[in-house]
Amino acid sequence: MSDVMVADPQYSASGRPAGRLLEVEDLHVEFRTRDGVARVINGVTYHVNAGETLAVLGESGSGKSVTAQTIMGILDTPPGFVTKGQIRFHGDDMLQMSADQRRKIRGNGIAMVFQDSLSALNPVFTVGFQIGEQFRIRLGMSRKDAKRKAADLLDQVKIPNARQRVNEFPHQFSGGMRQRVMIAMSLALDPEVLIADEPTTALDVTVQAQIMDLLADLQRERQMGLILITHDLGVVADVADRIAVMYAGRIVEEANVHELYAKPAHPYTIGLLESIPRIDEKGQELRTIKGLPPNLMRIPSGCPFHPRCPMAQPVCSEKVPPLLQLSPSRASACHFAEELVNRA
Amino acid sequence: MPEAILEVKELVKHYPVTQGIVFKKTIGQVKAVDGVSLELIEGETLGVVGESGCGKSTLARVLMNLEKPTAATVLYRGEDIYKMQGGAMRRLRRQIQLVMQDPYTSLNPRMTVGDLIGEPFEIHTEVAPKGSRRQKVQELLEVVGLSPEHINRYPHQFSGGQRQRIGIARALALRPEIIVCDEPVSALDVSIQAQVMNLLEKLQNEFGLSYIFIAHDLSVVRHLSDRVAVMYLGKIAEIGTEDEIYERPTHPYTQALLSAVPVPDPTSRDTKTIIRLTGDVPSPANPPSGCRFRTRCWKAQDICAKEVPALVERPGSDHPSACHFAEKREIVVTHEAGVA
Repeated sequence: MSDVMVADPQYSASGRPAGRLLEVEDLHVEFRTRDGVARVINGVTYHVNAGETLAVLGESGSGKSVTAQTIMGILDTPPGFVTKGQIRFHGDDMLQMSADQRRKIRGNGIAMVFQDSLSALNPVFTVGFQIGEQFRIRLGMSRKDAKRKAADLLDQVKIPNARQRVNEFPHQFSGGMRQRVMIAMSLALDPEVLIADEPTTALDVTVQAQIMDLLADLQRERQMGLILITHDLGVVADVADRIAVMYAGRIVEEANVHELYAKPAHPYTIGLLESIPRIDEKGQELRTIKGLPPNLMRIPSGCPFHPRCPMAQPVCSEKVPPLLQLSPSRASACHFAEELVNRA
Repeated sequence: MPEAILEVKELVKHYPVTQGIVFKKTIGQVKAVDGVSLELIEGETLGVVGESGCGKSTLARVLMNLEKPTAATVLYRGEDIYKMQGGAMRRLRRQIQLVMQDPYTSLNPRMTVGDLIGEPFEIHTEVAPKGSRRQKVQELLEVVGLSPEHINRYPHQFSGGQRQRIGIARALALRPEIIVCDEPVSALDVSIQAQVMNLLEKLQNEFGLSYIFIAHDLSVVRHLSDRVAVMYLGKIAEIGTEDEIYERPTHPYTQALLSAVPVPDPTSRDTKTIIRLTGDVPSPANPPSGCRFRTRCWKAQDICAKEVPALVERPGSDHPSACHFAEKREIVVTHEAGVA
């Protein structure tokens, strides 16, 4: 096991800090396609503790979902390949495990809630059958018991009339209710870590509020570690404890939620926060981040953000800034992070 | 008072629900839009917000005359657009243009950008005679912030934000007076969304456009709109200036909607109160009697089931609100402490 970890000096080879459930370390993933190699993840390091919500924030193509897929072991290979790195669950590197060992972790160790509930659920089976599948296969329950347990779960995610609805098909549920079914399914085996990949993106705001409440309640009850993958800065401010901001397959900033919103320490985070319209004021012209996210087949040299960065200096195109710890609770991958933190 | 450029009166669009294959029988109506009246003042942006299924996109399609309304009077500068025919209709179409939501499917992948933006000129030859078209298209590309040299590229060579700019350039080609924007930024990333919103504002100032801006994102609508209409299940729940709707909402639905919007400020976590609505939006094929929001409303009384509340100003409301019990309520957004 490697004990080099630039991002987190607290980490030492002597032992894993208590409570760290899942650790991703220096993960590299590339997609080998006909047109070339896209470096989708270039050294992602993060961890989640029991009972904690880590928000992974990023725009499309930043690699936030691919990281989650790699953790779950559902990365499409080919074209996706892990070229480097470790994913440790309770200290054991999952990337070195056999398929059987990994399957044992899925569901009761780490579970995932997917974004699009309509395509993630099988339209030809009842929701009860799909939730109960885990009980039948993993716990060897009978069909009847599995269905009863499935109804209990639907009840826990606050679906009214759970006993009847367990026999219904996914198309008979509304978008919000289907997302509840997805959550029930992921909770079936009582996972220690839950990864929620954009769980509310397809939902309306009033329903989004219901689902986020539900997730927060369930997490508190079960003391799960929650990894919330999203692009919505509003949702993150409501529920996250810590935030990791991703850009071009790297973590560019990691911080406690209050520090990040009060004083972002990376120009990309600053740009993101300035470019969202606010509900509480009319506001003037929006500040924007110029240009476009990079093509992952041709990631700019040095800091991948430098072509769009208002602060860029010559050093930015030459040297990749490492993710440096600025204080125990925050880290930033910018050559000028210190100045950003110390600014008025 | 400035002139209303577009007046919509009692717009109704029902879709029939049919049964049977050979002998089709209508067994019901999906009441997508059920009596919407509003007006668009010259040079303003009218925001239309609502959740999915509230009829806001149907409204756009009917206004564009892509679908015939079940019943409606829509006056463009005093003339009824559904009574127009032939040349008059064609001239009208020049004046009202649409920017669509999905920049990936609304552009034909087999056409170059030049053809896409120049296509309106084929029908409306008076705007750009044949020889000048290419130059016109290049000017348009420049106006929307794209490089004129990209005129021969295909849509797949552009990113989402750039494609949305192409869609906007196409809508601008005929120098319209009104642009109906149907969720123009919802498919875009945050950093790109801001660029497109700024572009829309710039174009409005430059060309004196009037926008009908349809979106589900309340923050985006507030940022761009002068007036806002909130829709629920095919009806307008509340309409007023941006300030009236966001600072002094009087309809319970608007209040719940605003309170549910996540605010990008973690310090507001403990101070804000979210009004939690239970349940889902009822089906528009079988909407509740009386007030359509009553099934999810915490203020519902007997009268709400019997009487449809009219969209009028009431004692508790300084702007039209379709609630029998309309009254102000502090919606706690961000750091300002409020009364819940």
